Parts: sequence; structure tokens; C-alpha cells
Amino acid sequence: MAEGAATGLGRLQELTYELRVEQVMSSQVITVTPEDTMQYVKDLLRQHRISGTPVISASDGRLVGIVSVEDVIKAADSGSMRERVGRKMSSPVITVDAKEPLAEAIKKFARHKFGRLPVVDRGQLVGILTPGDIIARLLVTLERRYREEVARTAPHRVFEELSSDDTHLILRYLVEARDFTRAGDAATRLRRGLVLLGLDQEVVRRATVAAYEAEMNIVIHSVGGKLTGELRPERILIRATDDGPGIPDVERALEPGFTTAPDWIRELGFGAGMGLNNIRNCADEFRIESQVGVGTCVEAVLYLAPSEGSQVEG
Amino acid sequence: MKLDEVRRILEAEVVSGNYEGSVEAQAGCGADLLSDVLAFTHTGTLLLTGLVNPQVLVTAEVAGIVAVVFVRGKRPPAETVRQAEERNVPLLSTHYTMFEACGRLYAAGLVGCDRRSPPPRHVTSAWM
Repeated sequence: MAEGAATGLGRLQELTYELRVEQVMSSQVITVTPEDTMQYVKDLLRQHRISGTPVISASDGRLVGIVSVEDVIKAADSGSMRERVGRKMSSPVITVDAKEPLAEAIKKFARHKFGRLPVVDRGQLVGILTPGDIIARLLVTLERRYREEVARTAPHRVFEELSSDDTHLILRYLVEARDFTRAGDAATRLRRGLVLLGLDQEVVRRATVAAYEAEMNIVIHSVGGKLTGELRPERILIRATDDGPGIPDVERALEPGFTTAPDWIRELGFGAGMGLNNIRNCADEFRIESQVGVGTCVEAVLYLAPSEGSQVEG
Repeated sequence: MKLDEVRRILEAEVVSGNYEGSVEAQAGCGADLLSDVLAFTHTGTLLLTGLVNPQVLVTAEVAGIVAVVFVRGKRPPAETVRQAEERNVPLLSTHYTMFEACGRLYAAGLVGCDRRSPPPRHVTSAWM
């Protein structure tokens, strides 16, 4: 690690040199032309809840100016809302280059106190950068790096280090029926837990794919249930249980492509009748039991390879 | 293949705030069926899809997808972008169709997820 990176501030500063403007900017830019009226700008700013917008030449797409909410207020005060943007905009424009380090943009913001900077690449407008974009991006990146660092220094081989005659760790998640905004939350949280425990990447992947398919089944088909990840030193057990309605013909439900999912589920990219098969393919052992009127229980067991140098009693 | 190269080949636009061009994609997968993504991809796979709903990102995180490319110029809704950033899966958008986008990447050396199929002759695969 480079010197100076030990402090949070040093790390943040390093990051502003590491990131390029194009990685931080918003590339969906709303623009106006010099021929538009200030009234049009006012409506546009309000509609998109933005405080300014670049002005682009209608003929060649060149950036010719910038118009902000302050210009609109001035125009309103002087009763010139029908005037063209070309006469009211600020020009020439201070811009920032897409390939420049973020630090350069931060310096420009500090120097000019602008609310936004148009981003150009070889003279063409490619995006817009606000101080808010910068803060959001820095926070996201710092958080991700922090998570990665936690994962790196995680208590690897935690099971071998915990001493007991029977160690098992249970992670249980409640799964609501038909709650599509949260579908996948349980599998995601389980996955992050397994990563934190330092388990092998491919095992984590198989376990969470099985968990996710099982969770989707609970969300789509059942009245609600639970997803459980039970960890032992030698294996992970993923168990999905629900409180009904149960599967009338389990053999049939296991056939690839057999589905009872409604069309709107299929439009989301699910419901192709592959879920149970996927679970089975991810698992070293697979069990399913179902009773109509009672519920369904699906279990997938994945064996954990003992890590080097460890001795796991079977 | 680095994401910067994917972006160049597909003339793709970055549509989320967590893009890092130096990240490597090990293989590619084109699918509009999320169960197929779960069944056939490996950790480090690049996903090309026409689906833009947030569930794509849950699937992507669970399957260890390295980045998602939306084809046919599709733009993701704000919730999808939010999820992408929260789950640290960068999003790209290309104007090419699914077929053409996959073809271009494959021709440039990005292998498929089926480890049995050989990559294009001039390419050394990460899976071989």
C-alpha cells in the first residue's frame, strides 16, 4: 500500500487521482439550443429538477454555452422570458475533459464555484458533472473497497478455529409471498454472509444460486416461507420451506421446462420451469418434499472442501 | 477481456456510476432468461441482456456477473441503476442487437460460458 494511504483523507485524495471524470459523470445530459426560449429552459429545469443545462449548437452539436437557474431568474426579473437562450447564456464555458483525473474537476469546482461542469471529449459534449456526482461516486467506491478489505481480512477457516463438538451456524431469512421488490434479498444477504466467512468463491456461487432459485419459488408460488442457510465445517445446507399451497405432482414439477408461473413472471426473466433443476444442479445432495395444503420443503446440500492443512472430522 | 475493450467494441455507453474499465470479463453470456444466467454462467462472466428490470441485478450479484450490457440501446430505469451501484455491478448500454453484440465480442476473443466449446482459433481462453 502506498504511503499516505493509511489515513482516510490520503485514501480519498488518491482516489480522486485514480478516477477519471468519465467514470463519475452522468452521461445522460439534457441540453438546449441557443434558439430555445428562456421560458422553455425554465420548464425543462423544473421538469427534470436540475439547476442548469449546457447549450448545444443545433447545426454542429458544439458546446456553445451554459444556462443556469440564475439566468432564468434574471430573465424572469427583467421580463425577458421570451428571449432566446443564445442571448442569456454564459459563454465561453469552463469545461472538464472526460479523460482527466477527477481531482482536476474538483479543483475547477473549488476555483469557479459552479454547480456543474460540462464534460467534453475531443470537443464533443459527452456528459455533465456535479459536486453531488463526485460525492456519491467517492462514497460508493470507498464503501466497496472497505467491503473488499473486510472480505480479505475475514476470519477465513472460521470453522476450524471455533472449537466445539458440533459447530453449526444458522442464517435464517423470512421470505414474503409476491413481494417482487424484495425478491432476492434473502439470497443476497446469505451470499454476503458466506463471502464474509471467507468461503470458496465457487461454493458461494452455487449455494446462492440454489438459495435464490428457492427464494424465487417461495415468492412466486407460495403463501410465504423461510430460507435457511445452515453451515457446518464440512457442508452448507440450503433449506427453503413454505406454508403452502404445496405441489400436487412433484415429479412433474422437477421436469425441466414444466412451469405454472404466470406470464408477467416470465416477462421478468423467470418462470421458465428451470428453478428446481438449477437447484439440483448446484447441489451435491438434493431433496424435495411437498404436501398439498401443508407446504413444500426443498433442501440442497453442498460439500465444502477442507482447506489446506485443516483436519475436518467426517 | 477488459471492460474498456468491451465498451470500445460495442460502442457502449456507461450507464451506472460504478464502472471501472480495468476489470476483466472471463467469459460472456447472452440471455433474456435469468434462470439460464444462473444455470450456465461462472464467476466473472459478462452478461448481455435485453431485460432492464432490477431483478437482473439481483441475478447478477448472485451469479457473480462482472458487468451487465443492455442491448438494442435499452436504458435501465432508475431503480435498476440504483441496484447496480448498491450491488457493485457496472452497467453498459449498446445500440447493437443481442446477436450482433455477442458476435462482436466473441470474434474479438471473449469466450462463451460452455467450457467445452473451443474459443475462436486465434484466441487463448481463460478456461483452457
